[in-house]
Amino acid sequence: MTKIKTILEKYDYKKSRIIQILNDIQRIYNYLPKHVLEYVSRELRLPLSNIYSIATFYSAFSLKPRGKHLVTVCMGTACHVRGAPAVLSRLEERLKIRTGNTTEDNQFTLKTVNCLGACALAPIVVIDEEYHGQTTVNRVDTLLNKYAKEEN
Amino acid sequence: MRKKKINREFRQHLLVCAGTGCVANHSFEIKEELEKEIVRKDLQDEIQVVTTGCQGFCERGPIVIVQPDGIFYQRIKKKDIPHLVEEHLLKGRPVNDLMYVPAPEERPVPKMMDIDFFKHQRLIILRNRGRLDPENIEEYIGFDGYKAMELALTKMSSEEIIREVKRAGLRGRGGAGFPTGKKWALCRKEPGRIKYLICNGDEGDPGAFMDRSVLEADPHSVIEGMVIGAKAIGAHQGFVYVRSEYPLAVKRLKIALEQAEAYGLLGENILGTGFNFHIDVVQGAGAFVCGEETALIASIEGRVGRPKQRPPYPSQAGLWGKPTNINNVETWANVPMIILRGAKWFSSIGTETSRGTKIFSLVGKINNTGLVEVPMGITMREIIYDIGGGIPQGKEFKAVQTGGPSGGCIPKKMLDLPIDYESLTQAGSMMGSGGMIVMDEDTCMVDVARYFLNFTQEESCGKCPPCRMGTKHMVYILDRITQGSGMPEDIKLLESIAENVELASLCGLGQTAPNPVLTTLRYFRDEYLAHINEKRCPALVCKTLISYVIDPQLCGGCTVCAKKCPSNAISGEPKKIYTIDQAKCTKCGICITVCPPKFNAVKKVSPAVK
Repeated sequence: MTKIKTILEKYDYKKSRIIQILNDIQRIYNYLPKHVLEYVSRELRLPLSNIYSIATFYSAFSLKPRGKHLVTVCMGTACHVRGAPAVLSRLEERLKIRTGNTTEDNQFTLKTVNCLGACALAPIVVIDEEYHGQTTVNRVDTLLNKYAKEEN
Repeated sequence: MRKKKINREFRQHLLVCAGTGCVANHSFEIKEELEKEIVRKDLQDEIQVVTTGCQGFCERGPIVIVQPDGIFYQRIKKKDIPHLVEEHLLKGRPVNDLMYVPAPEERPVPKMMDIDFFKHQRLIILRNRGRLDPENIEEYIGFDGYKAMELALTKMSSEEIIREVKRAGLRGRGGAGFPTGKKWALCRKEPGRIKYLICNGDEGDPGAFMDRSVLEADPHSVIEGMVIGAKAIGAHQGFVYVRSEYPLAVKRLKIALEQAEAYGLLGENILGTGFNFHIDVVQGAGAFVCGEETALIASIEGRVGRPKQRPPYPSQAGLWGKPTNINNVETWANVPMIILRGAKWFSSIGTETSRGTKIFSLVGKINNTGLVEVPMGITMREIIYDIGGGIPQGKEFKAVQTGGPSGGCIPKKMLDLPIDYESLTQAGSMMGSGGMIVMDEDTCMVDVARYFLNFTQEESCGKCPPCRMGTKHMVYILDRITQGSGMPEDIKLLESIAENVELASLCGLGQTAPNPVLTTLRYFRDEYLAHINEKRCPALVCKTLISYVIDPQLCGGCTVCAKKCPSNAISGEPKKIYTIDQAKCTKCGICITVCPPKFNAVKKVSPAVK
């Protein structure tokens, strides 16, 4: 909890900075663990229900642990007209999960984002902060194989 | 390794673009490689490599510009670097192969300013684009940075600043186009000692990324604009709210704020004038509705971003109940130039009602994707054809979508529409933040309408039932139309729900959510009718209504499609004609992408069903 304490100190234990605090916590754990939220609630004297309403309202937060690799598919308009839906359904098919879920082996979490503002690269798939522009259905397989291979 | 320019005169500078687009294409590796190669050739005392903000021509990244020659290199790969350094930097022979070529049969264009994409632009907001290192305040100062602020703090009264901005005719660049000077005056005249200033960097419209680019390429112009605004309004604390999807913008902005404070250009007693102004960065967490001002305020206060009733307007009771002035990134970046060069100069650009320039992000089915800054009043045709270079692969232009989820689709017959706030609204769309998504014959307009409605439905905060439920029902109807079970009365039903959502929602998100459906119904009704009455998708997009077939006349029997098909739906024998089993086909479309161009035998079809 020392890490969490440092975060709270950074924001002066201000309730109004709760969104920034959750952002920082998620950066450490990759998601928002229940026991950490309970701790934050006690320390800030902020009802847990408030924290949960924020954690569920904003799409950047996850209450479930995420897989080792985070696969984000941009669903912005430019990506949409250049074929993002087909790329997404191919990813769902290959990973055997629906968007927003994690594979059974905890390797991949698949999510979508509304726009990354890098529309020239449309359609974009981001895997662990690495951008892959002009992704085609065909390239999905190569990409996933590459990340799976790095495992072995 | 980099030495200050003051100490040394370099013969040439290599400007490596470090905007998000180019970084994604590994421009930092290119920079490193260039530096290494320059050392290898012992040119480090003569040539300097500098990283700059976004150049706007993201499609062509990574971009390297050689100054002072102005030679524009694009799509640079690591393996090109030794040749580039050897030929251009050592021997003085620019490398044709790495230059921009407008069309396959045309000659390469060596100079940046001769490229169509750049030559028709007029840069005010993006004045520093690609010419300075955004992480070095001295470069901004070197290009007249903070001069306007000095003028405003030392020589102008608050009233004079507001009068100048009013005279310039600057209007909000975030969407609705409210006159900026008027907004400032309203906030100024509110009683109270504590007032706040907010810069809205929650650029949520999909397909718009100018604010990201400004924050990444020239963060000081936004800071300078805000300090001027703070003096005009009488605020001492400001916030920049940036969406969480823009990590690089947040990083650069934080660096810029630190440097500005260290130079005495921000914080306590700015430039010794006794004026205090602080800026904090607040990062969003992925909620489109937070671009709406009252929701954004709620989010800064640490609450869920749900809009509230106006009035009271933020200028009366905003952040923590205090008078608050909100403008978006692009609006703030205009302010220093208005103060520095005067209202008269600024208002001479643009049209009667819409002064100045506007940045548009030109994306979708367009040859030259990127950010363009043009004077207001320019036509769609000029942007799409002269700057954008038209539609790829010789396809037919169909529509351009402006204004994000609140906007609409403008058809081909309106290509000569001059772009300003009023004309776009009349066409059923809106300026919005300036996203321009170009669509060609392969784009299904019903699918586009469904896409946007699905977007607003997901992003609706849920406060107003007409928005929360109305958009959901509209998506439901659009779903069934695109899946071939639409009914003739669906169009009427859509229009009636649209009217209710528009009238009965509290904030802009709900009020404008039906726009994409209404404009596509207005200009592309025949596509809706084809889906409903004939159960076909004319653009061959809607999955349920299309099938993939192999043309027996063209099939070369090469086996590639059968090997690649993930659902084993393709059968045949080598050298013979292959067929697709429609019952097994999942319509993933891999076969069409792998079929060799010499055969081009896989086709999409959508026959009419009676």
